[in-house]
Amino acid sequence: MELTAPTEFAKQRVLAVQEYIELAAHSVASLFRKPLYFADMVQQADLIGVGSLPIVVLTGFFTGGVLALQTANTLQRFGSITLIGQLVATSMVRELGPVLTGLMVAGRNSSGMASELGSMVVTEQIDAMRALGTDPMKKLVTPRVTATVFMLFFLSIISDLVGLAGGLMVAKVFLSLDAHQYWSNAWQTLVFQDVFMGLLKPVMFGFIIATVGCYYGMSARGGTQGVGRATTQAVVVASVCILVTDFFVTKLLISVLSFR
Amino acid sequence: MSTPTAPADCTPHLSPAPSGAAIVFEDVHLAFEDNHVLRGVSFHLPYGETKALFGVAGSGKSTILKLSLGLLLPDSGRITVLGNEVTEMREEDLFSLRGRQGMVFQESALFDSLTVRENVAYRLMEEHGIYDDEIDQKVRESLRFVELEHTLDLFPSELSGGMRRRVAIARAIITQPELLLYDSPTGGLDPVTSNTIVELIMKQRDVYRTSSLLVTHRLQDAFTLATHEFDRQTNQLRALPRGQYCGAPMSFLILRDGKVTFDGDIRELAHTKDEYIREYIS
Repeated sequence: MELTAPTEFAKQRVLAVQEYIELAAHSVASLFRKPLYFADMVQQADLIGVGSLPIVVLTGFFTGGVLALQTANTLQRFGSITLIGQLVATSMVRELGPVLTGLMVAGRNSSGMASELGSMVVTEQIDAMRALGTDPMKKLVTPRVTATVFMLFFLSIISDLVGLAGGLMVAKVFLSLDAHQYWSNAWQTLVFQDVFMGLLKPVMFGFIIATVGCYYGMSARGGTQGVGRATTQAVVVASVCILVTDFFVTKLLISVLSFR
Repeated sequence: MSTPTAPADCTPHLSPAPSGAAIVFEDVHLAFEDNHVLRGVSFHLPYGETKALFGVAGSGKSTILKLSLGLLLPDSGRITVLGNEVTEMREEDLFSLRGRQGMVFQESALFDSLTVRENVAYRLMEEHGIYDDEIDQKVRESLRFVELEHTLDLFPSELSGGMRRRVAIARAIITQPELLLYDSPTGGLDPVTSNTIVELIMKQRDVYRTSSLLVTHRLQDAFTLATHEFDRQTNQLRALPRGQYCGAPMSFLILRDGKVTFDGDIRELAHTKDEYIREYIS
């Protein structure tokens, strides 16, 4: 394997970040310039949103359930088992719903975008598209970014709801708690800040998932091996970016929104 | 293959005036990191003419086509295509210029998730405001030109290599562009299919008078284009009499080490004294 000088390595990284920012900015700017590929957006929304629904529902339901199971023991020790609805609701809406949905969609769609666009790059289909007078950014990247942002928002809401249902199932079946009490607790504990945080995150994660997937796809080089490498990198980078962004956004919102 | 001979009194048809040219390259340099692909390439392609580009692998032939389309930008030099200086244009403005050009890629580059109909109609569908009936009619016309009308609903993966190239030609010519760029359209194909494609290129040249750049490794393809013309009556190639080879709007350009080592017509090529070129064409 060829060794790269540290300065050269640093230059490559900086260039990659610069290219990523350029792609991300271009994908947003293309929303305000004609033509707008609305049909492609709808198609991508179907592929990304509806296609991801089963895994998001399963992940959300079992996460809510396991959250209730894990915390039940501790809450029981303090005689606060009735607060389980409150705990599941806050955790799911503020944190686990958006993050786990983001990670699931990243695994499914960042890789899909990177491999699809990467294959198009190495078979000259992107060049052919440009040669035919179509801007690949507008035609391929912007619809994917828009659809992912839009659909991840709703997928996170669905994930939150089925997570609460998973918690309810555990509370009722294994802990013999009252369902009405669970729902009342869960519902009443949520305040504007919780919901705002829970709905802002998927928008940011959706943007990260799509732009990272498209970036690695569009910069794929080196035939099928390069496409495979781009696919793996897209999932890893998107997942890490989601977790890192989650930390900083949470910290920022806690400071700004004066959480209790 | 033996080099065709041309009579000495054959007047070169090449236009010396770049102002009347579809493509003008002026001292174009391009390097990919340390690899200098083009080192001061200059040539022009007059309107209505086909120019065959030759050179060993990696000599920059395909790069010249991509530069002509504005898919790549040179490090220095000036490129003018259909009267527009592509080296000065923004990417957004290049899209409309590319609409006046057609390109046939080396491996066809058909969109594999679209059918033949959708591939060929792609440019028309992107233009919007064109009725489906009109699109369908033009797609059929274009596919009839390459004799593949029966493949409308097939996917590229269901076609042979030769058929894919012909579909790529149909896609490139559907809007009757002013300039066509062919990147090794006969590469890797059997002689029969190659001849069919050469015939299509000649038909486009002689019937529609389209200017074109043809990258090829097959000398016989270029010599066929220089020594034949397309007969509209019989819908077949017709060999030109020996004294009229220069009548075919065809020229040759040979690249060596990133520079143009030969640019001229078949007469000049046949009479060249350059050892490298003589060896190349022998």
